[in-house]
Amino acid sequence: MDQNLDSGDSVRAGVGTYVADAVVAGLILLLGIIVVVASWELGAGWTSDGPGSGYFPFGIGVILCISGIATIFQALFGKNKDTEVFVDHEQLKRVLQVLIPAIIYVGAIEVFGVYISSAVYIALFMILMGKFSIVKSVAIGLIINILFFALFEVWFKVPLYKGYIDLLTFLGYS
Amino acid sequence: MENIYSLMHGFAVVISPTNFLLMLVGITLGVLIGVLPGLGGANGVAILLPLTFTMTPTSAIIMLSCLYWGALFGGAITSVLFNIPGEPWSVATTFDGYPMAQQGRAGEALTAAFTSSFIGAFFAVIMITFIAPLVADFALEFGAPEFFSVYLLTFCSFVGMGKGSPFKILASMALGFALAAVGMDTVTGQLRLTFGFEELMRGFDFLIAVIGLFGIGEILISMEEGLAFSGKTAKIDPKVVLATWKKLPKFWVTSLRSAAVGIWMGITPGGATPASFMSYGLAKKLSKTGDNFGNGELEGVVAPETAAHAAGTAALLPMIALGIPGSPTAAVLLGGLLIWGLQPGPLLFVEQKDFVWGLIASMYLGNIVGLAVVLTTVPLFASILKIPFSIIAPVIIVICGIGAYTVNNVMFDVWMMLVFGVVGYLFKKLDYPLAPMVLALVLGRNAEDSFRQAMLSSQGSVSVMYSNWLVGSITTLALLLLFWPLISKAIALIRPPKEDEFAAHREAE
Repeated sequence: MDQNLDSGDSVRAGVGTYVADAVVAGLILLLGIIVVVASWELGAGWTSDGPGSGYFPFGIGVILCISGIATIFQALFGKNKDTEVFVDHEQLKRVLQVLIPAIIYVGAIEVFGVYISSAVYIALFMILMGKFSIVKSVAIGLIINILFFALFEVWFKVPLYKGYIDLLTFLGYS
Repeated sequence: MENIYSLMHGFAVVISPTNFLLMLVGITLGVLIGVLPGLGGANGVAILLPLTFTMTPTSAIIMLSCLYWGALFGGAITSVLFNIPGEPWSVATTFDGYPMAQQGRAGEALTAAFTSSFIGAFFAVIMITFIAPLVADFALEFGAPEFFSVYLLTFCSFVGMGKGSPFKILASMALGFALAAVGMDTVTGQLRLTFGFEELMRGFDFLIAVIGLFGIGEILISMEEGLAFSGKTAKIDPKVVLATWKKLPKFWVTSLRSAAVGIWMGITPGGATPASFMSYGLAKKLSKTGDNFGNGELEGVVAPETAAHAAGTAALLPMIALGIPGSPTAAVLLGGLLIWGLQPGPLLFVEQKDFVWGLIASMYLGNIVGLAVVLTTVPLFASILKIPFSIIAPVIIVICGIGAYTVNNVMFDVWMMLVFGVVGYLFKKLDYPLAPMVLALVLGRNAEDSFRQAMLSSQGSVSVMYSNWLVGSITTLALLLLFWPLISKAIALIRPPKEDEFAAHREAE
């Protein structure tokens, strides 16, 4: 796991794992409370014709709450509190380098559709992250998406999302 | 022997040119998926599932189950050549596989790994052929309480057999159930937990969750580790294969023992990963050359691979016979059955003979074809890992996105996939197991239905779970497993635990 030892002698800074653990458990507890309340409103009791809609989810919500509370407790006051850094800046940067472009990519699909967004996304990712030449990147982005187009639209006849602005209408598939 | 007759009929179904081609496609894609980071058995099957909607169920299950065998084979390639386990169950394979590769014996290690995988799967398939019809026959008598007790057993055994915090296992499971409850309640017609959002009315599709949790989550994890592949190359020539095959019969005891461990762990949802560790540990303890394990011992590759593959295959038994999957991938296949219009459960053996026996026959053929494919194409797949991550990462995200979109043809699912990806990343880092969540998401509705029916028949009294000896004993076993973490602590207080055989390995990992 310690690939980041080579990234210099700088001390790994960031939040401890136990904090992240407690925060996630807190979110689970919150979700549990929401489920409990919503199921209660639906009718978690016994109705005239059997268990109500909220009967089963109510129990599930209770389990979520219990495990959330227990995990918070274990994370903060447990015997082996895990003070190891959860993510350091270098790691966080690398994760965001994938996550943020992925979010932008999905947003672009909404506008331009799957094929054009994918081609641009793959090409840009290769140029910016992989330091590939522009020609090579664009070529790979195009080839992969022509393959996908042939596979989905032509062969399997599964139309993919074309977006609000469909620049590919001239191909006759929509 | 009615089973043999049915099996022969199954072979007749499978051996058509189309199905054989689909088998080859499935295996090849499967190995590819097993080799690439971010694509595994479960989400590979999930992504391809929408493409099979137009096929007949038999052809579809043949292709997808072959994909699964391929992924099981593929995991070994990265373990041996790159010291990166492609799948969690290949972790134990790296212990001796990678040292062998470093000594220039990669071909030998890979041949041993593939052959052992094949043997493990073969034993498991034979077991399925004879046991599954019996189990299904037995389960035909099941009523709602029996089914709910089996569901209970499935989920409680995650807690009892899992490693790590039992509360995290519970949380992951309950999260799956909660997500499964979102949407229209099929019994009362009420909308549940949708909070007025139109998009939530359809509920959460487990395929989206699988693609996000395993696909995007895995990519984020790989990225964080700053993945750089530096591997050994391997060529497998027929001479090495034959030489290795000559050595393998020596380890027949290890093979048999590992297959037994794997089959047992596969049927109970312990899963392939603990099975591979357990059988590695047993082999180390019992082998004459046990002290040399970890330095490139052939037997150390044979043991975990046999067990992992046996477990992966045996996990399909409860899925076929009871409609209750033993692993995430089996859960996705089960979801496929529902989509293809088949009702999973013991009736499958009565109503869909062609389908069930076609599937079992394809397990035999798929593994033979798989062995041939992987032995001949290793250099090709090894070279795929030489492709820089900055090409592989965006392509895999594109594939995941397309896979998520094709499930329901809505963009909302693609956004949800990203959310599940972040959840998968956090859960993986914090040691929440993902399998209980996926299983709960797939089975949530069915488990709830059988619970409601059971409660209805007893007018809300929980005593129905002890209404006869069968339900009673399954429920007791389930509760025992649920409270096992507490019980084992109590035992440890009375008797100090023995030294943990695997602790050293787990830390070394």
